[in-house]
Formats: sequence, C-alpha cells, structure tokens
Amino acid sequence: MKHRWQDRAIRTLLLGAASMSILIVLLIFFFLGKEAAPFLIKPGLSHLLGDRWIPVSFQKESFGILPLLTGSLLVTALATLIAIPFGICGAVYISELANQKEKEILKPFIELLAGIPSVVLGFFGLVVLAPLVKEVFALHTGLTALTGALLLALMAIPTIMSISEDAIRSVPTSYKQASLALGASKLQTIWKVTVPAALSGITAAVMLGMGRVIGETMAVMMVTGNAAIITADPFNSVRTMTATIAAEMGEVPFGSEHYRALFCIGIVLLLATFALNLVAQRVLKKYHMI
Amino acid sequence: MTKTTESMIHWLMRGLTYFIVFVIAYIIIDILWNGVGVINWEFLSGYPRQSGAEGGILPAIVGTCYLVIGTIVVALPLGMACAVYLSEYAKQGPFTRILRLAIVTLAGVPSVVFGLFGLGLFVIFLGFGASILAGCLTLACLVLPTIIVSSEEALRAVPQSLREASLALGATKWQTTYKNVLPYSISGMLTGAILGIGRAAGETAPILLTVAAFYLPKLPRSIFDQVMALPYHLYVLATQHPEAAKVRPMQYGTALVLLGLVLGVSLAAILLRIHFRKKYRW
Repeated sequence: MKHRWQDRAIRTLLLGAASMSILIVLLIFFFLGKEAAPFLIKPGLSHLLGDRWIPVSFQKESFGILPLLTGSLLVTALATLIAIPFGICGAVYISELANQKEKEILKPFIELLAGIPSVVLGFFGLVVLAPLVKEVFALHTGLTALTGALLLALMAIPTIMSISEDAIRSVPTSYKQASLALGASKLQTIWKVTVPAALSGITAAVMLGMGRVIGETMAVMMVTGNAAIITADPFNSVRTMTATIAAEMGEVPFGSEHYRALFCIGIVLLLATFALNLVAQRVLKKYHMI
Repeated sequence: MTKTTESMIHWLMRGLTYFIVFVIAYIIIDILWNGVGVINWEFLSGYPRQSGAEGGILPAIVGTCYLVIGTIVVALPLGMACAVYLSEYAKQGPFTRILRLAIVTLAGVPSVVFGLFGLGLFVIFLGFGASILAGCLTLACLVLPTIIVSSEEALRAVPQSLREASLALGATKWQTTYKNVLPYSISGMLTGAILGIGRAAGETAPILLTVAAFYLPKLPRSIFDQVMALPYHLYVLATQHPEAAKVRPMQYGTALVLLGLVLGVSLAAILLRIHFRKKYRW
C-alpha cells in the first residue's frame, strides 16, 4: 500500500516537472506580449510597418522594422543558399559513400562545428573572414550581408547535415537494392531514388537550419555592419532583427517606446521560428524521427 | 552517366564535405595559433585593467563558471524528471503531444528571445535585477530541451525486457524505474547534461540582457550581483573597445579560453558516449 502511494506521489512530481516545459513556452509568449502590447496601442501597429528604423533622434523617432526584416531575410536567404549544397552533399556523402572509418571521424568533427560558440565564430568572422571578403570583392568594408551569410551558413550546415542524414538513412534499403538491381549506378541510385525518397526530411532539415540562422545573434551582429537599410545587395551592410535587439536593449530606458518596439521585434522572431519549427516537425513526424 | 562523370561527382561530394572539415580545422587552428601565446598564469588569474586591454580575465572565467553551475543546478533535475516522465510514464494522448510540441518549440526559440524573456520575467517582473540568478534561470530555460532530448534517448536505450522483468516480479513503476532503468541510463543522461553545459557556457545574447557586466574587475559576492562572462567579454573586446585592433592578442586569448572550455566539454561528452556504448551493449 505504501509503495502504491509513493508511486503516485512520484508520478505527480514528474508530471509537474514535465509541465514546466509547457509553462515556460506559455510564459515566453506571455511576457513578450506583455512588454510589447503597449506599443500596439500607442503609437500603434502601423508605426512598426514603416521603412525607417531611427530609434534615437532629436526630431522624431521612427520604429519601422521593414529594414530589419529585410536585413534578416537577406542574410537568412543567402546563408541557406550557401549551406544547402554543403549540407546535403555532406549528408549524402557521409551516409552513402564514405567508408566506415571516414564516417566515424567526419560525423563528430562536423558536430563539433555546432558546438563552437557563435561569439567565437563572430570574432573569427570579424578578424579573418571580413578582411578576406573585402579583399576578394574589392569593397570598402568587409562588414557585409555576405560575410554574415557565410558565417551563418557555417552554423546551419551541422543542423542540415545531421537531420538530412537521418532522413537519408531511413530510406528503406529495398528501394536502393531495386534500383541497383535494375542496373542503375550508385550515383544514379542516390540522386534518382534515395534523395527523392528522403526529400521531405531534407526539406525539414533545411527549414530547421533556417530557423537556427534567423535567430542567430552574436555572429551577425559582429560582421554585418549593422546599417538599417532596405537592400537586396549582398555587398551592403545590413542590420538584422536579432542584432538590433541585442545591440540596443542595453541602452533603452525601461518602458519607453523604443523598449516596447524591441519586444515587438522579439515577437516577430519568435513567431517566425515557431512557424518554421512547426512545419518542419509536421514533415519529420512522417518519418517517426522525433 | 559515364564512369568518369560518375567518379567526378563522387569526388565533388567528397570535396564539399572535406571543405567543411577544412574550415572547421582552420578556425580552431587560427584561434589556437594566435591565442596560445597570450595564455599564461597572469592572464588566467589576473583582473582586467584599462577596460580589458591589459591584465587577465579571471572575473570572466569565474562568472562563466558560476553561470554554468547555476544553470545546471536548475535545468538538470527538471530536464531529467521530464525525460523520465516522457519515457516511462507518459501515455499517448493530447497532453503528451502538447508536451512534445512545447519541447521542440523551446528548442527552436532564438537565444536573443530567451534574453528578452529573461529580462521581462526574471529581471523586471520578479525583480531580480541584472543578476547571476536571472542569468542562470534564463540559461536554464535555454538548455532544458537539450537535456530532455538526450536524457530521453538514454532512457529509451534501456531494453524493454528489463522493465518487464521487474514489473513481473511485482515491483511498482517507480521501483522499476529507479532500480532497473536509471542505473543503466544515468551515464547517457550525464552526456546530455554536459552538452547543456557547453551550450550554456557559449551563449552570449541571453546573458547580455540578463546578467553580464560590461566591465567589472571584481568577483561577485552573491547571486544578485552582476558578473562578467567569457563570451560577452570577447564580444566587448572585439567590437566595443576603442582600440579593438590593438587588444587583438587579448581577444584571441579570451576566444581560446572560451573555445577550449566549450570544445573540451563537448569532447568529454563524445568520449563518455563512446565509453558507455561499449560498456552496455544489449
């Protein structure tokens, strides 16, 4: 009898601990909303949609997040484009072509990349990559959207690679055997059978990689130059949403419009990553990979 | 496809993969090469002088250690309990589905948003101010999904037959879990904890908003004090210092200490995983 009672108590305790994750997610939405909401009442939502971000000014501040949004999108799109070939080819190579020994070394080594703190990558970008970009493309400054994208691609690659690899590995061997038996070569089998069969998993991997890129803060803040302009030119400086929050939050007075605007940006970021995650999980669920 | 194109594509893919390996190696070697000359006893145990241009980084090392310890103390019990619930107790149903959704959502929240959250809840609403306490709680939320996911994996690796045997002998669910599942999965759960440590030590954006001091050449006295931290110190030295190019050696030194700490920790996790995989083979 005593044991049954103990069992119940522990079950409740564990349930309580598990519920904390749900509580934290709810609290994140609540507190971001709470700090941002007054901005939507005064000065109003329409002020957020402006094309100028001038948070500190003697005449009139303006809190249009469009330049920050386009900045984030430009860097994210570039980084994803750069990361996709490396991530997917890497995943295919490791799971289908590499021999056992190579596999055992390559996998942890690339996982190591995911462990390098973003501020260290940012520092490397600032000191080594930016001067390189400046030189190669003959620019005035190396602090451009492209520099940021290159660093972010590096951060997205481990994510894309490891999830794609899982997807590729979960393609039934019988598919490959059938293709090989019909006389297709190894590469033909990979590109015409294995990769298409794993395509939705690979898509999810790319989306999760994008989620990581769009939320990345320190590295982009250090190397993109932080100019809040609307541009599609990778050689321009841009200012991303994450960098804006991190750079400006330290100096704003608590409760000011600027402070509220930064929380609004936080909500945009949260919703964007939440949506990307949600769709990616839906796709992955098909593979029973979670 | 002819044989030549076939082998060309093969080599191209190998090339792309090895290019990434090369880049990783280059980054690590660059920081090691330029940073190793700076590391000496004075650098590791001294206080910074002249806004970090001279002296050491002791307060940043200590600060990062405090943050990591505090984070693990909060996140590890919670994460492990959640993992035990998910793997041993949870039944398929709406609650479990929502719980899993919450965990993947948490894993995808950008670190700077965790910073905003910590600022809104711990620093302002609960009135902790910018303090070690607020920083640790924020980082704990951030590493929680990492710990849950790897702990659950470790629990699930224990064969079902062990549980069935124990239950068949009349043990309760908790007795089964405690005596027959946890002992064999605790090492795997430890790996998760170590991965969490690595993540907590390297994050900058959350602590930027909740705890980190720009320049504070002394050690904290209580959990309500601000501290310096290695990642933020590196950021400040590299971008905010008026003569950033001149203090480059200090930057490389700090980067090396931080990288060494984080990679050392992940390496430990990898080795531990290999060791225990060999030990328990079902």
